[in-house]
Amino acid sequence: MAKVGYTRRSVLKASGAAIAASALPAPMVWAQEIKDITLRQFGTGVSNLNEVAQKVKEDLGFTLEMTALDSDSVTQRAATQPDSFDIADIEYWICKKVWPTGNLQAMDVSKISNYDKIVGIFKDGKLTPESVIAQGTAPHTVGFVEEPGGTTFASEPTNWMTLIPTIYNADTLGIRPDLIGRPISNWSELLNPEFKGKASILDISSIGIMDMAMVCESMGEISYGDKGNMTREEIDKTIAIFTEAKQNGQFRAFWKTFDESVNLMASGEVVIQSMWSPAITAVKSRGIPCVYQPLEEGYRSWGGGIGLSNSLSGMELDAAYDYINWYLSGWVGGFLMRQGYYSAVPETSKEFMSENEWGYWFEGKEATDVITSPFGDELAKAGEVRDGGSFYDRMGSVACWNAVMDENQYMVRKWNEFIAA
Amino acid sequence: MTDTLTETTAPAAAGTAPPKPRRRLSDNVVGWLEALPLTLILLCFLVAPIIMIVIVSFWTATEFSIIPAFTFENYQYLFGSSVTYRVFLATFKYALITWACTLAIGFTVAYYLAFCIRSQTVQIAMFLLCTIPFWTSNIIRMISWIPFLGRNGIANQTLIDLGLIDQPLEWLLYSDFSVILAFVHLYTLFMVVPIFNTMMRIDKSLIEAAYDNGASGIQTLIHVIIPLTKPGIMIGTIFVITLVMGDFITVRFMSGSQKANVGRLISNDISLLQYPSAAATAVVLLLTVLIVIGILLRFVNIRKEL
Repeated sequence: MAKVGYTRRSVLKASGAAIAASALPAPMVWAQEIKDITLRQFGTGVSNLNEVAQKVKEDLGFTLEMTALDSDSVTQRAATQPDSFDIADIEYWICKKVWPTGNLQAMDVSKISNYDKIVGIFKDGKLTPESVIAQGTAPHTVGFVEEPGGTTFASEPTNWMTLIPTIYNADTLGIRPDLIGRPISNWSELLNPEFKGKASILDISSIGIMDMAMVCESMGEISYGDKGNMTREEIDKTIAIFTEAKQNGQFRAFWKTFDESVNLMASGEVVIQSMWSPAITAVKSRGIPCVYQPLEEGYRSWGGGIGLSNSLSGMELDAAYDYINWYLSGWVGGFLMRQGYYSAVPETSKEFMSENEWGYWFEGKEATDVITSPFGDELAKAGEVRDGGSFYDRMGSVACWNAVMDENQYMVRKWNEFIAA
Repeated sequence: MTDTLTETTAPAAAGTAPPKPRRRLSDNVVGWLEALPLTLILLCFLVAPIIMIVIVSFWTATEFSIIPAFTFENYQYLFGSSVTYRVFLATFKYALITWACTLAIGFTVAYYLAFCIRSQTVQIAMFLLCTIPFWTSNIIRMISWIPFLGRNGIANQTLIDLGLIDQPLEWLLYSDFSVILAFVHLYTLFMVVPIFNTMMRIDKSLIEAAYDNGASGIQTLIHVIIPLTKPGIMIGTIFVITLVMGDFITVRFMSGSQKANVGRLISNDISLLQYPSAAATAVVLLLTVLIVIGILLRFVNIRKEL
């Protein structure tokens, strides 16, 4: 264990990036002291996994304490309780809200060993050189600041990153093909009267409004300037359409947590709803057919990353950089990708996945053998193909990123009215 | 409290003539000292937070910071929005229906326990039986209704198997019905306990006297038992009304987030970091509940009970 810490340290030192190294008289002391370090990480459930904390203890030697919260609580905590965490595992749109509070510190890109391999989405915003940047809070727009301490975002990549991207995915509607019995190919189907009393959306305003916008646009009712930054008029129209649908009994329920969405779908209460990728796998693993339906209008995408608390310094800060470098070095990426998410540095994750897994999850190929999740559940049989296809197919057709709007407060009030309607 | 106690016990104690003056004085001091811890606790944990909430309700907030500037904006928005009135109305509706149901069930159960069962052992045993569901958490008792009432749940399956309905009943779950059902289930005991308690204190000879004077069972119930049980009913009512009006989680789970009450407005605001707005709603809710309780207390003097 100690050796790993020392090796990493030497690497950093050799690269000229280690600052505190000279303060440590001997590597053994470092090795001893690193065991006493505890980093407190909090974030949404998706990547706050105990397996990661265990592996950190094994590989790096220090203790990582994980707290999983919902996105609202995460924002709240990052914004109001800066001393309650060392590492914030947040989404990019949350970063836009939280960064101006000054509770997070910018990270030195030159200390990130795999920086060059991070996919373009998080640097210049382009997946491939030809890609068109989607609407909403695209990660690269809040990914950099000009200098440490800066509270406004830089327009292009700099040496100071706000969040190190860790995990991202493209979201769409989940459906029960057995209960619907016909192809679904548009977002507008969510409000199709055929599914009256059997539809659901998520009750997290910032994400829910985006799904609503995808639906309204698909219905041809509204065309938005930017779905991620609507005007008051656009918000009013969108909410009005959904309020009417709600009053007509279109929705069975709204869900706020992952488990709720799984239960609604698995019990057959709902046959079409906004859903997250692992929720689909959770339904499938109960032996119930469930499809993460690719739609013509494209995906609503989200990305998460880890940010460092402003109060981190000295040895803890070094440990945090070690953690980030370890995070991007492949094991976590493989672990997350085998659940259907994407890693920010896919190439390093490849080493931690079998050829079959890589083919199925990343390249969109037919599975040559059974695909199992890291937790041992069977997710796909040989011959099956991932819903939506390859990484480039899925991430290449992102229509919109999760966002926080300028009119956020207005939207929140309207959302409250929608829930109460 | 201490004053009335010393006054009532003093004449009785006068017969044995203890050294009276010195004891009275120390009683007084002791009384104040005894009241001190509770006063301090109430000041720190009840009065101070409420004052804070009132102050914050006049502040303003952006997404990530609270600005301590005096403004009426929160109240303006609150009273200017039709949603507020609808939500308050819904809250009253839940409170009223839940109150009526818990009262009917609670009174019947308490009456049965108090008057129909002769043996005290059986009485205590059956009373404890009532509390058994309360050994698990609120949330679990509530959520356990969901698979029962669902579209493909036990209730619908049974009704279909019995041939009573062809289509599953949609309104069983995620509706006002399921919300009120859960409320009644959760809070009936709060009605049973105080009513049972007052009923047990009713002098049995009063009931015998009513019968001896030719009153029928119903007449005894209306003219003797109900008037004497009023304080218990009132305490139960206060419990149920305050619990239902302050609730948000039952409404959220049982309505599948489809319905709203005031508690949900507050919790939504808090989750979106709109603390001042949440505080303003909380202040209005607090005042509403206080007014309701004030009206209720006009009907019955519950101090008789204490």
